[in-house]
Amino acid sequence: MSFRERLQSWRYNLVPDHVVGEILTKRWTDNAIPFLALVATLGVFGSLIPGFFKLTALQDSTRQLGEFSLLVTGMTVVMLGGGIDLSVGSIFALSCFSAVYVFFILEQSVWLALAASIATGLLFGAINGYLIGYFRLRAFLTTLVTFIFGRALFDILVTTYAADVQLSSATSDVLDFIGDGTFWGLSVAVWAAIILAIVTHVALTRSRPGWHVLAVGGSRRSAHNAGIRVRRTVFMTYVFSGFCASLGGFLIACRLSGAGPGTGLNLEIMALTAAVVGGVSLGGGRGSVVKGLMGAIIVLTMTNGLIRMGYGTGTNQMVLGIMLAVAVTIDIRWLKNRDKVLNEVYVAPVYLKMGATQSAASGSGTPYELDNRLSAADHIGLGELEGPEDVILDRDDHLYCGTRHGEIVRFFAPDYIRSEVFAHIGGFPLGLAFDKSGNLISCVGAMGLYSVSPQREVRRLSAETSRSWTSVVDDARLRDPNDCDIAPDGRIYFTDSTKRYDAHDWALDSIENRATGRLLVYDPKDGSTKTLLDGYRYTNGVCMAHDGKSLFFAESWACRVHRYWLEGPKAGTAECVIRDMPGYPDNINRASDGNYWMAWLGMRTPSFDLSLRHPDMRKRMTRRLPQDEWLFPNINTGGVVKFNETGGIVEAMGDLSGDAHPMVTSMREHKGYLFVGGILNNRIGRYRIPGADPNWTSPASYWGTRS
Amino acid sequence: MNAIGWPNWRSLNQEGIVFAIAVVLFAAAAIGLPGFIDPNNLVAIVRSVSVLGILALGMAIVIIGRGIDLSAVAIMAMSVAWYLQLLNSGTPDGLAFAYVLAGVLAIGLLNGFLVAYADVPAIFVTLATGSFVFGYVRSQLISQDAVPVPQGHWVELLGGLRFLDIPVEVFIFAGLAFVFFLFLRFTKWGRYIYFAGDNPVAARNIGIPVRPMLVLRYVLSAFVALIAGLLTAASLHSINTRIVNSTLLYDIVLVAVIGGIGLSGGRGGVRNVLVGAALIGILLNAMTIIDIPLLYQNLIKAAILLGAIIVDGFINPRDEQTAQQGDI
Repeated sequence: MSFRERLQSWRYNLVPDHVVGEILTKRWTDNAIPFLALVATLGVFGSLIPGFFKLTALQDSTRQLGEFSLLVTGMTVVMLGGGIDLSVGSIFALSCFSAVYVFFILEQSVWLALAASIATGLLFGAINGYLIGYFRLRAFLTTLVTFIFGRALFDILVTTYAADVQLSSATSDVLDFIGDGTFWGLSVAVWAAIILAIVTHVALTRSRPGWHVLAVGGSRRSAHNAGIRVRRTVFMTYVFSGFCASLGGFLIACRLSGAGPGTGLNLEIMALTAAVVGGVSLGGGRGSVVKGLMGAIIVLTMTNGLIRMGYGTGTNQMVLGIMLAVAVTIDIRWLKNRDKVLNEVYVAPVYLKMGATQSAASGSGTPYELDNRLSAADHIGLGELEGPEDVILDRDDHLYCGTRHGEIVRFFAPDYIRSEVFAHIGGFPLGLAFDKSGNLISCVGAMGLYSVSPQREVRRLSAETSRSWTSVVDDARLRDPNDCDIAPDGRIYFTDSTKRYDAHDWALDSIENRATGRLLVYDPKDGSTKTLLDGYRYTNGVCMAHDGKSLFFAESWACRVHRYWLEGPKAGTAECVIRDMPGYPDNINRASDGNYWMAWLGMRTPSFDLSLRHPDMRKRMTRRLPQDEWLFPNINTGGVVKFNETGGIVEAMGDLSGDAHPMVTSMREHKGYLFVGGILNNRIGRYRIPGADPNWTSPASYWGTRS
Repeated sequence: MNAIGWPNWRSLNQEGIVFAIAVVLFAAAAIGLPGFIDPNNLVAIVRSVSVLGILALGMAIVIIGRGIDLSAVAIMAMSVAWYLQLLNSGTPDGLAFAYVLAGVLAIGLLNGFLVAYADVPAIFVTLATGSFVFGYVRSQLISQDAVPVPQGHWVELLGGLRFLDIPVEVFIFAGLAFVFFLFLRFTKWGRYIYFAGDNPVAARNIGIPVRPMLVLRYVLSAFVALIAGLLTAASLHSINTRIVNSTLLYDIVLVAVIGGIGLSGGRGGVRNVLVGAALIGILLNAMTIIDIPLLYQNLIKAAILLGAIIVDGFINPRDEQTAQQGDI
């Protein structure tokens, strides 16, 4: 290995590039930027302003924060529903005035003032909601206008009644407590904000109305088509926002014991900035109450901090403008490019030097030498089938295979012309096996391990294993269950080829070549699934040895076959029995003569082998070239190989013409014939094996002859 | 169409209705209000809507292209305030004007760039830049809310300029309206604005430079705001930056929307601005003569604007199937 290659292998095999892509798939990355901004803001202002974190100072600013958070929570809900509410400042001011009017001028109780406040907010919110939800006006302009309207109304009311409020002698302990008191060290405003935030969060994430809001914000049309009452949902978001703003207005009325011309000024742009800075997306569907609260803290800390640092008039607007512009731009660009970035960085190839192999070319004289025998196979279901990855025959000689359409198709013996859909699964059935009582067990791509009874009842056996401690993306889920086989005790051994890609992205997995394939076992007695082995390059076919004491499994991208011991001194360990084959192994099945059949899905090429030693090149390739120009394993030629118990190669056959069976993913011997399937093929082949036992069947080999 | 007896639906559109209302209002005011029909009052009406109309022209061009410019008033007030501040602190006139022009151009470009190339909704961009422009100029560049025009400066002279007893801003408004009319109606880029506003994706697909044109519109709007600001300063001999917090911005939108320029873009023209400005001018003047307090005037204007966008919503309904997600 040259020094350059050693460097490459260190660089690409030791640096966990793939973690970057996996982290980016997590939704919490959306929260990371606002959270860092929050920490930075608190850090900067905390260090610049002496006594920033002192309890008395905090007490005062948290009171303001509580009121502001209420508004932001309302704004967040409206934005999640796909709208915007610029009238929160006006609602806030008007509700404040309502409370002041009822308490100081009508001299009624505080609770009546609260009721008046809330009624004002609900009414105003209902007007917004009606215009936007039912009349379908533009949210931004409509609330802008109701904002002006509310502001004008408030200015008139305040100038008219200011003197009366001043002269009023109404007092109340309750009012003072709400305005100035604390409960367990926190002011009423903070308690109100916390309670409302929790209730709203739970409602949004765990209740039907909350889901409806998110659905409408995510896609109005789809929500409408799904039967959600879009207009009513939109209406309700504005009513809720009005409610939140009115609570805030009531609290400030208690705190200031009055309403002035400055009440609620600029609150709308502050609340909007807070929500956007926190990461609530414009246009709806993405965001959370927590994000809104983070934004509220950032915005309020900044504006208050600047005031306390002595910056003059206008600084607030300047900072708000910058924050809003930057946050909106980041939000839009991030949402738009997130998938692009993810695609760019997700594929993280590793270095692998494949061992030298023997040739499989015809005339080369090696055991792997492929001939043209498979091209003479009969065809079954030609043109009717799409993607028979695995084929299997039952005791009555009927033939089963999976198809790309998510079905298991049965061809009837003896001529295999008539067929029916045996069972509809929904995912792409890959590996197949019969258990002792005749249930058809199947690994379904991207879904899990399924069982189909002779009465065609489909049952899911397993879709997950236990999660590994170091995983970023949940690797408990089976992403690509590929092949299965059943031990004499009934336990089902199966492979999950990769943790990194879904089944249809197998080509990407081959290019990345990261060893994430697993061997798993499902125990029908307690329904548990356990991971036995991990870290293979695309685990594929599984086959129980004839004596049932060990199993063979294929490791496709490394061109190896391993033997995993179930019993004996080496139980629980795996050893490599065939290495450096010229083809990529797929399914493995028993042969009548005590040997094993192995399918080759494709052949190694010097060019791809070379590219495996150049992970940088493969990375550039996936980033810069369109997918159909990528270099990936040659799947235009495959074959069937027979090997013996110790891994020695007995024979190999293929279809060099490439017409009938270019790619072979499975083969099954039955009564002297070999049935051949391919995941990209449009037929099943039937090849008469010269000299094979005409009575040998796979079910009998596994479970004995029928009693 | 009329020749074969079809009713002329075009006469029933919003512009026609608003024009009719304006005429009725004018007639009613002329009969009912003493001194309304006086030539001096009529000149005052036209004068009062000139600045509003000029700003509305810039807004109209942006709205026709399916955008909105909420930073117009901030640019108008703050650019001129900065200009006057520079003059008062002794900067040579040419240099000061160059600074201000560069600043206005920069904000217009920033607006346009963020809308066109960063795909940020225009309302957020312009809301943010408006807030920024006000905050930056107020806190960093000028020292008090109102900045006076220096004695004998050309801006002051401009305010006193009259032709046939009519203030010069009326002619500037008329001239600008005519230029905008020519631009929108007879130039290639003017016509493109309608295409881009009607269907931006289709416009882009047929090869119209949609994005550079978007930038151009916001730059135009910013320059129009600068002109309006100079005229305001000329007539008042100072500029008060508190105007940014007033309802002037909504008056501009009101003029454009009430004149019949659909907020969904692609419709309307200079005539709509004139009609809208006429109605608002008559209304404001009438309210002033009746002696309605300013606060109530704001309430009435807000109610009218609300009515206008409700009507706009009915006349130009939003198409649920083609409306963009996040188009708020």
